[in-house]
Amino acid sequence: MKLLEFFRGKRDETANIAKERLSVVIAHERNKRSDASGVKHAVYLPKLKKDILEVIRKYVSIDDEDVTVKLEKSEDRDVLELNINLPDHAA
Amino acid sequence: MSKIIVVTSGKGGVGKTTTSASIAAGLARAGRKTVVIDFDVGLRNLDLIMGCERRVVYDFVNLINGESNLKQTLIRDKRVDNLWILPASQTRDKDALTKEGVEKVLKDLMRDKFEYIICDSPAGIEQGARMALYYADEAIVVTNPEVSSVRDSDRILGILQSKSRRAELNQSPVTERLLVTRYDAERVDTGQMLSVNDIVELLAIPLLGVIPESSVVLESSNQGRPVVLENDSAAGQAYDDAVARLLGEKRPMRFLTAEKKGFFKRLFGR
Repeated sequence: MKLLEFFRGKRDETANIAKERLSVVIAHERNKRSDASGVKHAVYLPKLKKDILEVIRKYVSIDDEDVTVKLEKSEDRDVLELNINLPDHAA
Repeated sequence: MSKIIVVTSGKGGVGKTTTSASIAAGLARAGRKTVVIDFDVGLRNLDLIMGCERRVVYDFVNLINGESNLKQTLIRDKRVDNLWILPASQTRDKDALTKEGVEKVLKDLMRDKFEYIICDSPAGIEQGARMALYYADEAIVVTNPEVSSVRDSDRILGILQSKSRRAELNQSPVTERLLVTRYDAERVDTGQMLSVNDIVELLAIPLLGVIPESSVVLESSNQGRPVVLENDSAAGQAYDDAVARLLGEKRPMRFLTAEKKGFFKRLFGR
């Protein structure tokens, strides 16, 4: 067996596949958990923030920190809080 | 103050009992008064791993029900000072462990000035496993470099963060530590096994230690000796390192790289 392997060369590096599959399933299960426990966290928030920044920058130049996005979950409703700070000189 | 440490994993067969035995024996050897409790009601095995199976008279459930007292029930280890074992019962009643009952026993142990109380959790996420982790101050999450074990460890972390007493009372959270067992550095090198770094990254908790895959683990269990007592073996030394880190000592990780094999060894195996 070992002899064969030696001449056949390396096997596939399956550890990478394992890591990738695990990172997906663990992220998914953690999201479900935090949904159930009512804690913040939503995977789409960073991307949402990025999109909003891009849209605003079409008109005004602002820094990354000028936009904050927060999601608060309570029993009967979720509140998405969006805060945009415009610089003084913005017209 | 007593420290309650749960040894848990979700998945079975990853080395919880082996780890409980070695961590407890290591702490006792370091001079700390330690008791290790088997929470696997119905499937008692810690007694075998610790080599005291013929000295079991009373058990955890007897103690909870007031049918025996601590002195009658705890088994004193014959090799290591400061070490006691509390065996599980073999009853089939899986609800024999209650929060109140477990709390009573833990309080008795604290009154007896035990510095470390090691709770050996059963596999799964049912009553026994939940009771084992409920009162924990710290958790050692035992994980094999394998997909189902890593996923189940993450599941257990979720339970520690939401269903432990500390979580329920909004106290500071249970201190979580990762112990990777059955690590085969050679297979990691060839890309066939998840690396320690991969697992730490996935589970996002600090690393307590890495125990290399070793035939010594089976050989020690055959004889009912905690692996940590095998001073000459890599697995024993790795457990000793983990115990030292638990006690606050800084020790570099060892056994993370494969030993170099010569040409013939590579050709014909070990």
